[in-house]
Amino acid sequence: MVRITTITIGSGLGLALFAASAQAEWTVNLTPGVTDVSRSVFDLHMTIFWICVAIALVVFGVMFWSIFHHRKSRGAEAHNFHENTVVEVIWTIIPLLILVGMAVPATATLVKMYDSSEAELDVQITGFQWKWRYDYLDHNLDFFSNLSTPREQISNEADKQEHYLLEVDRHLVLPVDTKIRFLLTSNDVIHSWWVPALAVKKDAIPGFINEAWTVIDEPGIYRGQCAELCGQDHGFMPIVIEAVSRDDFQQWLADARADKQRVTAAAERTWTLDELMQQGEQVYLRACAACHLPTGEGVPGAFPALKGSAIATGEVAAHIDIVLNGKSGTAMQAFRDQLSASELAAVITYERNAWGNSLGEAVSPAQISRLLEPTTGEAEQ
Amino acid sequence: MNTLDTTLHAGEHGHHGPAKGIGRWLFTTNHKDIGTLYLWFSLLMFFTGGCMALMIRAELFQPGLQLVEPGFFNQMTTMHGLIMVFGAVMPAFVGLANWMVPMMIGAPDMALPRMNNWSFWILPFAFAMMISTLFMDGGAPNFGWTFYAPLSTTYAPPSVTYFIFAIHMMGISSIMGAINIIATILNLRVPGMTMMKLPLFCWTWLITAFLLIAVMPVLAGVVTMMLMDIHFGTSFFNAAGGGDPVLFQHVFWFFGHPEVYIMILPAFGIISQIIPTFARKRLFGYASMVYATASIAILSFLVWAHHMFTVGIPLAGELFFMFATMLIAVPTGVKVFNWVATMFRGSMTFETPMLFALAFVVLFTIGGFSGLMLAIAPVDFQYHDTYFVVAHFHYVLVPGAVFAIMAGAYYWLPKWTGHMLDERMGKLHFWLSFIGVNITFFPMHFIGLAGMPRRIPDYALQFADFNMVASIGAFIFGLSQLVFLWNVIACVRGGEKAAARSWEGAEGLEWEVPSPAPYHTFATPPKLPESQR
Ligand code: HEC
Ligand code: HEM
Ligand SMILES: [Cu+2]
Ligand SMILES: [Cu+2]
Repeated sequence: MVRITTITIGSGLGLALFAASAQAEWTVNLTPGVTDVSRSVFDLHMTIFWICVAIALVVFGVMFWSIFHHRKSRGAEAHNFHENTVVEVIWTIIPLLILVGMAVPATATLVKMYDSSEAELDVQITGFQWKWRYDYLDHNLDFFSNLSTPREQISNEADKQEHYLLEVDRHLVLPVDTKIRFLLTSNDVIHSWWVPALAVKKDAIPGFINEAWTVIDEPGIYRGQCAELCGQDHGFMPIVIEAVSRDDFQQWLADARADKQRVTAAAERTWTLDELMQQGEQVYLRACAACHLPTGEGVPGAFPALKGSAIATGEVAAHIDIVLNGKSGTAMQAFRDQLSASELAAVITYERNAWGNSLGEAVSPAQISRLLEPTTGEAEQ
Repeated sequence: MNTLDTTLHAGEHGHHGPAKGIGRWLFTTNHKDIGTLYLWFSLLMFFTGGCMALMIRAELFQPGLQLVEPGFFNQMTTMHGLIMVFGAVMPAFVGLANWMVPMMIGAPDMALPRMNNWSFWILPFAFAMMISTLFMDGGAPNFGWTFYAPLSTTYAPPSVTYFIFAIHMMGISSIMGAINIIATILNLRVPGMTMMKLPLFCWTWLITAFLLIAVMPVLAGVVTMMLMDIHFGTSFFNAAGGGDPVLFQHVFWFFGHPEVYIMILPAFGIISQIIPTFARKRLFGYASMVYATASIAILSFLVWAHHMFTVGIPLAGELFFMFATMLIAVPTGVKVFNWVATMFRGSMTFETPMLFALAFVVLFTIGGFSGLMLAIAPVDFQYHDTYFVVAHFHYVLVPGAVFAIMAGAYYWLPKWTGHMLDERMGKLHFWLSFIGVNITFFPMHFIGLAGMPRRIPDYALQFADFNMVASIGAFIFGLSQLVFLWNVIACVRGGEKAAARSWEGAEGLEWEVPSPAPYHTFATPPKLPESQR
């Protein structure tokens, strides 16, 4: 029913549109989602929506009836009645009762949403400007998840694909039929982790750890976005969940851990300057260009230029230090836990040899790996 | 027509008219001049903020980045929000209060005329400072009109300091304006006008003024804490230094929620003046309107955390704020029922002010319904920070507050200028605005529910259709405001002569003085008209 009304209104407006944008199916309502909680939320939403529609019909009905019948042009004379205690008490009590009727199911759903006890899997989610880090706490596995939509699509130089802006390089893989607890925090500003299909939206706040939970019923891909303004690329830090069967999840965990070892091992071999430059450019575009710009020119007053900068063309130790450890109190994050040793070496090498910075020297992954070893504490408190 | 005589009489006795030249406006202490200044300033800000909104909507016309960079986009949303709230809506209400409150209560002027001059003249400087940040290194504030820390402290552009001082100045201006209105209403009423005979516009403004005095210092406090964090090494909001970013939100919304009522209560007052006039019938429940306004104001201090359902407050807190928020629906409902009951069995006509008032009742109520939906905490998890919220607050602010201001302007323009409006142009403005506003903001409910977050410069493809519709609507609405400008100027410059009682059903002291109202009204207290005795 809601579909029908909203679609009629919508298509009335929509008819004026060009075909060009009709690429994806449009929705006009909340998703019922794929969890028990998300379905209760959806039902609650629909119930309250229909109550509002009913009240609106009555109130606007009387109003339009008066507008039609009690107009001067039809010879209506004003009947100067006013103040009627009975009427006034009735129109105070009835809304109150309706509200109580709404509050009961709302409270029940909220209580359910707050019960994160007895989770089987804990995933820590950390917001960064502008990416998410997922840490499977009991499984020694963590990784970053970045937007993977190519820049050319955003700047309209290439056709936009189906999941434009809602695709990432690494999915958050989760098992179905498992109570999963999310522990949310942030490394810098406040972000908000939102996946509509799970009806989970919780802020990731520096210095706090928030809890949320879910039990996913159906395998599938579920997409979401950051929902709290977190700076320039707030619109470009999506979330993609891949829900798989419990067995597949175990398999995936094993594979992912093996991959991680391979990457660590890669740091031990010798890399050529060309290899480093090539990988460095990719890493730079993914992790640094949002602030320092692809041209290395930065944004005056906000993000310094790296092209010709004192650090990127000076002492290598200082350069390595700021990239590994960031600079506290600024938007420059510590990248030591975000990138692998070879990625760090590559990006630093790239910065020292791109855009006319031409030091000619390579920073080797092995050198970085040695610096990374003594880390014990994690980036967040 | 005793009152009329006294005014004219007073005029003859050498009371000076306005000074000449720019000095008239710079040094004026006349409530009518200051009201005029406020209203023109507000209109200028409305167009400035409107251009920014159109820039946002132009970028969102299609997916992809076409016109502006994401960083600049954020500056536009922030400045648009700040300018509309503090520059367009609030000064417009103060301007209307300046013009109408003394005339409605039979006072010769505001109680504190020099302070009145100050409270206006601070504003242009405050906004000049704020708008100048657009040209600074690092750009203007880009953290949203809610400026959550630490995005607005540790991670802010350097211009944030100017923003903080601009907010301080706006706050001082508002507090002074509020003190003046309270002093005027409490002390300068004509003998016989007891509180329960006060016109509703004065009542709602009186209550609003108390809200302003209560919460503007809180806003000043929160920006001062930011200033300390940024420049003096404190850590109020910096987690790394033991501070609490959520504290910022509590303090901000303790100001912020009453602030939204500051933007709507005077609108309720205007509508409560207009509907009885054009229904030619007394307001159905005067006393219950007063009590409803007061209860809304009191409740508005108890609901702030409904903006923070997702920050992770404990279950008990969540429930408290949910129930308290739902409760506000009761007095708000009482207001709407009262307006409808006033129309019922009246004798209605539909001049431009009435059309805007009727649109207000319907569209504000729609905004109220989405507000009720947002109050339901578990469902708000899905709505929060999406376009559903953008749709909600624009329904209460644009066809709510802004339509009420326009209704008020059309209603009182004959009194201000001495000329009747060209009704055909008024109706043209109304219908273009009404259609434009709905095409702009109705589809935002859909894109919000479908999952589009707010404050993003680019979006996924499934949101494309409705964004395009909304952008088209925004341009219709924005351009049709030029008709409003035209109407105001035309009305100032000429038109059919307005009678003292410019509208057939209009009641109240302001309709006893000639149109245009003389520079000084009520040098001696008038007698209350029959209907108010
Ligand atoms: C969120 C924005 C942001 C991102 C992403 C970012 N930086 Fe930075 N970067 C900054 C800021 C801000 C500074 C200035 C810090 C200061 O005040 O000294 C900076 C400073 C630097 C400097 C020192 C420049 C100088 O001359 O002072 C280097 C080198 C640097 N960043 C490298 C990187 C690398 C490599 C990456 C990617 C792996 C990166 N940055 C990603 C914001 C960022
Ligand atoms: C021409 C009419 C208007 C249009 C087209 C318009 C459009 C918009 C748009 C597109 C946004 C940005 C939403 C986002 O990206 O999150 C926005 C935000 C906002 N608007 Fe408007 N708007 C209009 C009038 C108004 C008025 C009259 C007011 C206030 C009285 C107002 C108050 C706000 C506020 C407070 C925000 C939030 C800013 C923020 O996110 O920090 N708008 N508006
Ligand atoms: Cu974000
Ligand atoms: Cu609120």
